[in-house]
Amino acid sequence: MTEAAVLLETIDLGMRFGGVEAVSGVNFRLTEGELRCLIGPNGAGKSTFFKLLTGQLLPTSGKVLYRGRDISGAETHEVARRGIGIKTQVPSVFDGLSARENIWIAASRGRPTRRANEMVDEILSRIAMTGVADRQVGQLAHGQRQWLELGIVLAAEPELILLDEPAAGMTHEEVVRTAELIREINRTRSLIVVEHDMQFIRMIASKVTVLDRGRVLVEDSMENILRHPTVRDVYLGKRVAA
Amino acid sequence: MNGRRWNGGGWNIAGLVLVGVIGLGATIGLPMWLELASLLDITVYLILAILALSLALVWGYGGILCFGQSAFFGLGAYAYAIAMFNIGESTIPFILSIVLPAVFAALLGYFMFYGRISDVYLGVITLTVTLILFNSVNSTAGPEYHIGEARLGGFNGIPSIPPLNWPGFSGSPLDLNDLFYVSIVLLLAVYFGLRWLLVSRFGRVMVAIRENEKRAGFLGYDARLYKLATFTLGGALAGLAGCLFANWGAFVSPTIFGLGQSAQIIIWVIVGGRGTLIGPVVGCIAIQWLTAWLGTAQFTKASLAHVVGPGIADALSSVLGFADLSNTNLVLGAILLAFVLLVPKGVVPTLLDLARAVVNRRRPADDLVSDKAEGTT
Repeated sequence: MTEAAVLLETIDLGMRFGGVEAVSGVNFRLTEGELRCLIGPNGAGKSTFFKLLTGQLLPTSGKVLYRGRDISGAETHEVARRGIGIKTQVPSVFDGLSARENIWIAASRGRPTRRANEMVDEILSRIAMTGVADRQVGQLAHGQRQWLELGIVLAAEPELILLDEPAAGMTHEEVVRTAELIREINRTRSLIVVEHDMQFIRMIASKVTVLDRGRVLVEDSMENILRHPTVRDVYLGKRVAA
Repeated sequence: MNGRRWNGGGWNIAGLVLVGVIGLGATIGLPMWLELASLLDITVYLILAILALSLALVWGYGGILCFGQSAFFGLGAYAYAIAMFNIGESTIPFILSIVLPAVFAALLGYFMFYGRISDVYLGVITLTVTLILFNSVNSTAGPEYHIGEARLGGFNGIPSIPPLNWPGFSGSPLDLNDLFYVSIVLLLAVYFGLRWLLVSRFGRVMVAIRENEKRAGFLGYDARLYKLATFTLGGALAGLAGCLFANWGAFVSPTIFGLGQSAQIIIWVIVGGRGTLIGPVVGCIAIQWLTAWLGTAQFTKASLAHVVGPGIADALSSVLGFADLSNTNLVLGAILLAFVLLVPKGVVPTLLDLARAVVNRRRPADDLVSDKAEGTT
């Protein structure tokens, strides 16, 4: 059996804000087609890690390799053009535009207009938003905005999708649908999902990386992670000795 | 978008036809009905409306708060005047009056956008640039300050600027009637051109960047490049307006770069409605007409005394510090304040909202879709 190619790799990645080390010496490796969950308590450095991957922050140490090429320090739009898409924690959408226009903007980069138009209808139906397609996004409910952002990310067709708390603020039914959608996306794309909801992580069942105080604490399957005493300590508030 | 509405500035056919009909009617009708003096007044409104459109693009759609649009307006006027005195035939001066401000805007924009200057500082920098130009040109009064044949003239400005001629025919200059036609045709061309731009891929992305620059970046769009292109185009259009303005009065002076001029352009856009094209045109023409009317209305302290009594008139003028209550800046300031507080979206978007509210009331509730986004006119 041949080993899958490494898609994303971080080497000793670090980010320091003054005296605070938000991310420290993180060595992370994601293979092509993988779905990885990233968990950790508040302040573990998950969002900072995503910001480093997407060019929002310049690492203070280490580097990020995408398909073997160093992308640390690249601009956000350059990272996106290389094939990394992100759904942020707080939905980042074009509020003054309609849902259809939001997806069109994502679909039209690098594609002929006709193909972009076709994709808009496909994505709208995939995220079940055809009925509110012409509604101004600023007026949509939180769950709908979360789904729309996911649709925007899908329309850009990135190779690697980063999802920062995709199920936050959703109803149980929406969470189940989101998990289904993520599994479906994973058939053709690689994903890194940051999430707090353990039930949700179980639904998408994958390898899990636990971050704590900016460092990788442990990397294992979900079943083993749940049994892991140090992880339980971290989540219950009992700190692990450094 | 499959012919569907595009909030960022779609082909609103009814609006386009209306503007086209009014434009055509004005082009044919106004020279027939009006005397030359009135036509000359209208011509300057049309020229300034092009200037208003330049900021409508840059601020209204590009989201770039430029306090110094007058810098490009003035550069266009000065470039035309200086080139005309040196060349004599207007084709190259006309082109220079557009290209020079555009290049200046591109350079300034490059440092601002690629230097990641935040929005507030962007306003401060653009305002500072126009004031620097004001002071620099103001200090060029001596005969030693000349570019070729053109003396800059300092605070006295450059008088007797030769008019535009038909391209290639330096012996056939445009008369004032011709200038009216050129101005209205160029205004309509700029308006329809910008409408086209807004429904193009570039225009849609530009509006998306205004809405959420970060998200646009996550999708692979280089927001800096789009902003730079928008800012440069805005500079070019302001330069075009400057060229026509220098033709209209055959005169240009440093006040064109001044704070008053800069503030006025912003007031036109605020009053007319940011995020529309027709709004700033309407705002510009209405404010300019009001300014001209105030200048001739003789609304003085004495006339106010007839209405409110001499005591109140005295008190008002001493509190406000103006002997003459027709002070234009005072009135413009009051208008700006009133609009910011009472009609923050501006006249045109507010009227459109009202019209939509009436239409929506007649529709069944389940048909209601959000039509609040601006930018369809």
